[in-house]
Amino acid sequence: MNKKLTVPSCGATIAAGAFVVTVSFTAVAGAEKFGFGSTPTEQEIAAIDIDVMSDGRGYPKGSGTVAQGKEVYASKCAACHGENMEGVKEAGGAALIGGRGSIGTPKTKKTVESYWPYASTLFDYTKRAMPFNEPGSLSNDEVYAVSAYILHKANIVDANATMNAETMSKVEMPNKDGFIPDPRPDIFNYR
Amino acid sequence: MTKAENPDLTYPDLSELDIPKDKLALMEGMKEAEKRALMARKAELEECECREGMFPNPVASRRSFFAGAAAAAAAAGSLPMVARAAAPPGAKEFEVPPDPTKVQGRLTNDDGGYGSRSQFEDEVRWRFPTKTKESSWTMTPLAAGMGMITPSGLHFERHHGGIPTINPASHSLIVHGMCDTPKKYSVADLKRFPSDSRINFIECSGNGLTEFKAPYLKTVQGTHGLTSNSEWTGVPLSTILDEVGVKPGAAWILAEGADAAVMTRSVPIDKAWSDAMIAYGQNGEALRPEQGYPIRLMLPGYEGNTHIKWLRRLEISDKPFQTREETSKYTDVVKDGKARQFSFTMEAKSVITFPSGEMKLPGPGFYEITGLAWSGRGRVKDVEVSTDGGKTWHLASLQGPILPISHTRFRFPWMWDGNPALIASRCIDETGYMQPTIASINEVRGVNGHPKFASIYHLNGIMAWAIGADGSVVNAAHKV
Repeated sequence: MNKKLTVPSCGATIAAGAFVVTVSFTAVAGAEKFGFGSTPTEQEIAAIDIDVMSDGRGYPKGSGTVAQGKEVYASKCAACHGENMEGVKEAGGAALIGGRGSIGTPKTKKTVESYWPYASTLFDYTKRAMPFNEPGSLSNDEVYAVSAYILHKANIVDANATMNAETMSKVEMPNKDGFIPDPRPDIFNYR
Repeated sequence: MTKAENPDLTYPDLSELDIPKDKLALMEGMKEAEKRALMARKAELEECECREGMFPNPVASRRSFFAGAAAAAAAAGSLPMVARAAAPPGAKEFEVPPDPTKVQGRLTNDDGGYGSRSQFEDEVRWRFPTKTKESSWTMTPLAAGMGMITPSGLHFERHHGGIPTINPASHSLIVHGMCDTPKKYSVADLKRFPSDSRINFIECSGNGLTEFKAPYLKTVQGTHGLTSNSEWTGVPLSTILDEVGVKPGAAWILAEGADAAVMTRSVPIDKAWSDAMIAYGQNGEALRPEQGYPIRLMLPGYEGNTHIKWLRRLEISDKPFQTREETSKYTDVVKDGKARQFSFTMEAKSVITFPSGEMKLPGPGFYEITGLAWSGRGRVKDVEVSTDGGKTWHLASLQGPILPISHTRFRFPWMWDGNPALIASRCIDETGYMQPTIASINEVRGVNGHPKFASIYHLNGIMAWAIGADGSVVNAAHKV
């Protein structure tokens, strides 16, 4: 099949390697498009649109308490991350708490508590990829609950905390100001 | 003729270096992986011809290693019957006639129509011994590489949730978020768009992580094997962005994979508009499953993790998504305790692949020093080689075509006088940036930057190999 002959009216789009040209052509020519593909339904998008952003966008309905999270953690997480969230080397599970203030010292210890800048990442990652042996199997309530429990053990929320879209959005992580943009090239050895 | 000596399987004592416990464990693990690969060779060493002697892995006898390993595995019930054939991975075992001119060869197309490599070739990727095999990585055997292309079956791997098996007929890519018309594309839909092919390297930003503080792994596969170079074919992402109509204010795109990790990274929209591609082809055929079949994102020059495999979703947004892989991982803690985030570009780098660690030169005389150079910022302009520990540098010849963001093969003719020598290469890319020393990188970034490493990511320092008077070649990182 000759792809370029399929949609001759888009010749300029095809030839234009630089996006600026492509965009202006599209605008001038009245949105000439190939039109392949279909329109996904809202349900189709919602089914895989699982990300949660640091400003709170994307949190689903549901909630969970520290106490509920303790149970979820014991049955779904402790085997790999340790009873006290200390990590289990043999299982490949990372430590989740501790190390606060250690970043950049010779004893740097990166954990959710010491390093992760946003609580949203904890919810997002747990929801999408945990537990390792049953990824994506936790309900939203379970993810809220286990997030509450981890944040509590990390001394970030108190023992009575209930986490939901609103309370998760308000969590400030200890290392929230710990990140800077990439300044490279950082070695100026030009010729 | 030369006798290839057994590889030295001792490693530096790290206890006196100031290395945190976690890092030590990781380095020990890598050492064990490399040791296993070297042990496999050690068991097979024997006299061989000059060129063979440089690579202490004589072909004929190595086959028995694989035969033995396969038979043992089959006996243990861990391999299906078909895998019993005593051939290396990717090859099939055939009887070798005493004189191939006196008997007819194998029947045409008897391989079912898809060829395999010679049973006498057994270079393989080797795996870092992480605790799980789902979240792990393998390294490309660069020492045996030729030219600039990495065979698809030897392209390095990094998986966070195993290699998913995906039927392309039921796979789709949804593009949504800040756009006029969200779209759902089947793989067939994507293949209808005007296509493009480009030769680009992909390098894991963790390539070389063991070498930040001191020379550690022995082979170039261990020190540099997390980079590979393929021709990728697909549809430019800019075409797809035109189709959906990006709204003003859009600044980032979330790319998401359909593996068990549901891997996600945020991509700056400028990169998406410029040279990003949704690839379905690799080296003239469909992507390999471990490289993202049926579709992956290509972001030429960016760190490998951003090239999301098994791509299922692109969400256009105004902000980065702060995913796990761009916050807790793939960030570089530097001197002041801050962590550099979104360090996308893989900077200019090169390595000599011959002679390299664990090879043995049979004696004084002519050798062609060769290796690879690359830059995430464009073309390689020059590669310089030193054979005197960095005192003097000489231009190497570059094999054409010299392509942007691609491995570039360099070659340098050398008469070795038989005295100990320290050889190294450095890459200068078309921006004028010259590959720095490892020491200068550590000086700028610090060595306490990470819980496990001086740093883990983005090491592009000069690599050196020391050649002894006996012709042995060892890792001499930091010595140039």
